[in-house]
Amino acid sequence: MLDAGQPCLEVRNLVVEFPNRHGTLTALNDVSLTIQPGEILGVVGESGAGKSMTGAAILGLLERPGHIAGGEILLTGRRIDSLGDREMEQVRGREIGAIFQDPLTSLNPLFTVGAQLSETIRQHGQGITRAQTRARAIELLREVGIPGPAERIDHYPHQFSGGMRQRVVIALALAANPRLIIADEPTTALDVSIQAQITGLLRRLCKDHGTAVMLVTHDMGVIAETADRVAVMYAGRVVEVGPVEQVLKTPAHPYTRGLMASIPALGARVEKLHQIDGSMPRLNAIPVGCAFNPRCKSAGPRCYRERPDLVPSSAGEAACWLYEGGVE
Amino acid sequence: MTATQTDALEVVNLDRVFDVSAPFLNRLLYRQGRSYLHAVNDVSFEVPRGGCLSLVGESGCGKSTVAKLVTGLYLPSGGECRFAPGKAGAPLSAQMIFQDPYASLNPRWRVKNIIAEPLRELKLRRNDAEIQDRVGELLGIVGLNVADGDKFPHEFSGGQRQRISIARALASEPEFLVCDEPTSALDVSVQAQILNLMRRLQDELGLTYLFISHDLSVVRHMSDRIAVMYLGRIVEQADTEVLFADPKHPYTRLLLETIPDVNDPNRNREIVAGEVPSPLAPPSGCTFHPRCPLAQDRCGSERPQLRQMPDGACVACHFA
Repeated sequence: MLDAGQPCLEVRNLVVEFPNRHGTLTALNDVSLTIQPGEILGVVGESGAGKSMTGAAILGLLERPGHIAGGEILLTGRRIDSLGDREMEQVRGREIGAIFQDPLTSLNPLFTVGAQLSETIRQHGQGITRAQTRARAIELLREVGIPGPAERIDHYPHQFSGGMRQRVVIALALAANPRLIIADEPTTALDVSIQAQITGLLRRLCKDHGTAVMLVTHDMGVIAETADRVAVMYAGRVVEVGPVEQVLKTPAHPYTRGLMASIPALGARVEKLHQIDGSMPRLNAIPVGCAFNPRCKSAGPRCYRERPDLVPSSAGEAACWLYEGGVE
Repeated sequence: MTATQTDALEVVNLDRVFDVSAPFLNRLLYRQGRSYLHAVNDVSFEVPRGGCLSLVGESGCGKSTVAKLVTGLYLPSGGECRFAPGKAGAPLSAQMIFQDPYASLNPRWRVKNIIAEPLRELKLRRNDAEIQDRVGELLGIVGLNVADGDKFPHEFSGGQRQRISIARALASEPEFLVCDEPTSALDVSVQAQILNLMRRLQDELGLTYLFISHDLSVVRHMSDRIAVMYLGRIVEQADTEVLFADPKHPYTRLLLETIPDVNDPNRNREIVAGEVPSPLAPPSGCTFHPRCPLAQDRCGSERPQLRQMPDGACVACHFA
């Protein structure tokens, strides 16, 4: 059992590097996160910000030659970044479940969903009979809201629609009752009306099972409706983290502010959208100091010299000199 | 509204059927019949000159097929698209901006050649010097440097590539632009740049847009009028403000209720059941009736016609 206050996941000063023939690219630079049991942490950022990379690093699924070059990852107090492949296989699935963006490619087209669920259930539960496995698989399908689970269990992935497939993937992630689920853009491939079903399902399951969820997405709307806390990433670093309502309503970091203002509102129409000029730097050309300095309207000389770290701001924490002694 | 009395484009009873039958031998061996997909079914709308009409709907509703029919990339199975006469007296010229800026630019061509291609093909400029002048001018219009013309597409980010696509579309001086999800492959901060650019170009060049998107907040920002499509048909068409203030079709209401709103999140939403049925076998009567909270017996047998409402909206629902 978890003792009170111990986070489910703790990432400390994580650094991920990709050596290549021109040098070393730092994809994640000093990323720290914590997720409490039963909490949904949203991780947002634009493409290339490193949000999926963080998920992959926690799962031990970094693509070579990428590797963890510093920091540590603790799952309920136990270090998992230093485990070998064999031990990590035991952690994945049993303790950490994963949901990926495209439900079609995360399922094997040649096996029925029942066979895939049973494989996972047997893999992580010793001495369980065939009949018990099947009963558990049907129960899982029912839990994720698939109508007629007793018949659907013998169907192949192509016989399911996109939304239903994503439910099957969620059932697979839940199969071993993990403590943590990493959901990487789980609704991006789905239509809005289905997206609402899936995020609602995630929230309900997280509450019922006390599972912690790391929800990686670029969609601020999904974050606003699903997450409890949110971490905003930019160029491989967390630039702001805090309770979802405060971060989205009163963002502290200039990047988050610009990002929120650039989303067209549903409520009212404006003549011109706020825009952040330029785009995110490439990994081989990250500016010295704060990586956001070329696009930042509040940048001062200090922002071009020194890199800011996360410090308490109005809402949560922000990595910006504005909150630590000014930009001069 | 910048629209004048005349319409730039009139689409009348547009139909498009795709033959999606299995190959001949399979049909013979397995005794299957032919099967058809009615992607666009009796769609009519007008786009006012200088205005912007948006088509919204979920994947598979036929909105991109309409875009391709309007630009002539598909031939209609029935109905027609009538363009009003343009500046030169000939029908308005239309160009298209595609969704994916990574797939729509030739990776082996330099940007200046990509933008010059329509000028060369359509013989719009007499010599190379004039073509290069025009390319430089177009790069400036979309906010890129003349020097960027010598680069290849892979040297640009997604937002900049979409600017190149827009420059190419503008090369032949079209008066009508069909934009098929122009920002859905882009990040939000870049999306704002492209939307602002498109609005500015509309004002400066007097362009008319047919805008296709699944993102209602983007659509609200861009359009004067919105048509909501479901399984190949328009179920509701209204001016933007009217549609958002008073959505009449149950499907429009479902769409508006399910989009997560950053400013006003609904964290305890009820999970709406149901999915879009297969367009190969659409439900009888009103195609939305299996998911509709208002549905009665009549909806399963009788297809509702589009009816004009007092506030100018057109709705295809028995109970609107």
